[in-house]
Amino acid sequence: MPILTRRETLVNGLALLTTIAAACEAAADPDVITFDTLYKTFGIRGLEFSDRLLVLRGREVSMAGYMAPPLKPESHFFVLTREPVAICPFCQSDAEWPLDIVVVFLKGASALVSAGQRVRVSGRLDTGSWLDPESGFVSQLRIMDAQYRKA
Amino acid sequence: MNAKSMGLGLCFLTAMAAGTSAQTIYPLNRAEILSGSKFDFKVEFPGAPAQGAVKVTINGQDPATVLGGQIQFVEKEDGLGHSALKINGVSLAGPGEYVVEATVGDRRVSVKWEVYAASERKAKNVILFVGDGLSVAHRTAARVMSKGIVEGKYNGDLAMDDMPNMALVSTSGTDSIVTDSANAMSAYTTGHKTCVNALGVYCSLAKSSLDHPKVETIGEIAKRRGLAVGVVTNSEVEDATPAGMVAHTRRRADFNDIVKMYFDVKPDVIMGGGSPNFLAKSTNGSKRTDEEDYLKKFQDAGYALVTTNAEMKAAAGKSETTKLLGLFNTGNVDGALDRMFLKKGTVDKFPDQPDLTDNIRAALDILSKNQNGFVLMVESARIDKYSHSLDAERAIFDTIMMDNAVRIAKEFAAKQNDTLVITVADHAHPVSIIGSYDDDRPGQTPREKLGTYAESKFPNYPAPNADGYPASVDVSRRFGFAFGAYPDYCMNGKPWLDGENVPAVAGATPSTFVANEKNCTRPGSVRVTGNIPFDANSGIHSADDVILTAMGPGAEAFRGRIDNTRVFRIMATALGLSAK
Repeated sequence: MPILTRRETLVNGLALLTTIAAACEAAADPDVITFDTLYKTFGIRGLEFSDRLLVLRGREVSMAGYMAPPLKPESHFFVLTREPVAICPFCQSDAEWPLDIVVVFLKGASALVSAGQRVRVSGRLDTGSWLDPESGFVSQLRIMDAQYRKA
Repeated sequence: MNAKSMGLGLCFLTAMAAGTSAQTIYPLNRAEILSGSKFDFKVEFPGAPAQGAVKVTINGQDPATVLGGQIQFVEKEDGLGHSALKINGVSLAGPGEYVVEATVGDRRVSVKWEVYAASERKAKNVILFVGDGLSVAHRTAARVMSKGIVEGKYNGDLAMDDMPNMALVSTSGTDSIVTDSANAMSAYTTGHKTCVNALGVYCSLAKSSLDHPKVETIGEIAKRRGLAVGVVTNSEVEDATPAGMVAHTRRRADFNDIVKMYFDVKPDVIMGGGSPNFLAKSTNGSKRTDEEDYLKKFQDAGYALVTTNAEMKAAAGKSETTKLLGLFNTGNVDGALDRMFLKKGTVDKFPDQPDLTDNIRAALDILSKNQNGFVLMVESARIDKYSHSLDAERAIFDTIMMDNAVRIAKEFAAKQNDTLVITVADHAHPVSIIGSYDDDRPGQTPREKLGTYAESKFPNYPAPNADGYPASVDVSRRFGFAFGAYPDYCMNGKPWLDGENVPAVAGATPSTFVANEKNCTRPGSVRVTGNIPFDANSGIHSADDVILTAMGPGAEAFRGRIDNTRVFRIMATALGLSAK
């Protein structure tokens, strides 16, 4: 092990502290949500978000799912689904989305992974009917300013 | 090639070349039109000529004189390169042959229509069963499972087998040899063939899916004549087959418009899945793009709204119930195998969905209150859907379910002998029983496990319960049920016990589908290279003819091979639907 000067130690220590702080922020903040706990009722007369989901609105959340085939290889948004989709609603006019999708709006336009890939998304939870002016896509449940990684 | 056949070939080519730029007359040539039924008359002229440059006659007369109504002439319809002459919502009373001629310059095109009367009523009611995609192999498999077979002889017949009349039905459309459920159902409900994705319209050049020449559906005609109408399915009610009873659109995916069409026609009984298109846009879970609340609209129009089997039975049991809207799932109603045995699919979310037999009992209770009779369409929709997903056992169980519903219809019909009962498929799937997978055979993979010919031992499904279902499909000797058309997928010759098979998923390249890797890790699983285009995510339909069986007044007209449009004609004739 090389001998460190005092200055080097300090710098390394600061870097370590910063790393720890960042790790704590990342680990402490996002509440994990799952497809199974999104809804309180899922019925003929409509869907009702679960109480926990409504509490988490506006907060940082983390959620795993499958990236649906994107509209474009690089985009600012994609659709997160419970299962890999066998349909491609963006490609086939007749195909319909499942009801329990989550729309993910990324911090910036980003290259998307191949469809069918399981991903973990983190970002700010948002609910309520909203039309994305850029894509024209209407959603009820979104993760905003999001980042994702392969899960 | 001899001179004669070469000559014929040349003639054909000339006609084809002229055909590409010729005017088109709707209804198309050889249309059979029920006297008094409504349709839109349209002639399209390529090159967008002015009205003064074209001439249209019907039996030598002005079409407005023959058809009534007002001629609309639209130059460059929808900004396109053709002009259109239209008279909407007309009908022809007098039976006989009609020759329509459309002339522009030196190009003359003519078509012939046959208008037929159906004025002598033989049947009070018609029950039309549509097994979506029901093919011979499904039927054979259902018979083996639910009746049993010993030394090559069946221990009994299916209810749909045991009918006095049978016909082979051809299903191709105006545009293609292999059709879809929209076009196929449209032939049954209107008597006119059209193209893939179209319901109750001819496929013209118009841009809007709702602006094509309409032909009246049996649902609309029956309502006009004072009969009750029932539409019963286990798919979404907006799906092509049930929608065929009421809808007019070039695009079967117009679910929100189709809900409005149901509301306009008001079938007395509507049952199935597909509630999101009934909900106002602001309701979470809605798929509508407007704020119309169709649940409320139907209730305000006197419909009992039911969402579970128990609610449906209770409503049907009340003497005052004459109209019922039953929506039992946001998507398709779960199939028999999931609802009764495996508890997969959406059974946890919707634990009290009706079986098709519950549906038909309730529907018959309500519809038979109408003294003028009824037309009831009952669809077993997921035979097709499960065949698309290459999921044999689920498709076979829903064939058994359909047959149980047919048995109930036959019992109803037997009381009065005034009901025409028809069982038919709308189109086929390329499916066959090619042997049996036998776990006692050596090896692991499906090819090693498959016994053929003398080795295709009878399957050992447990004896069926009272409804004809074996308690398990996970047996050591099971159907070698082969699909003739498939995307890339993985299979091991075993049933899909964890839920409906998803054979392929979207791939990295846009509009391509690849094998669902989840299935590739099952024991003994093999990769199968797809044999259909890359943009297909599941099995596809085939052009094979399908089997129709029928009984009751008017059924004797079913014989030999018929075009699917003939089914409408025989139903309309039995019900005397052109009577004043």
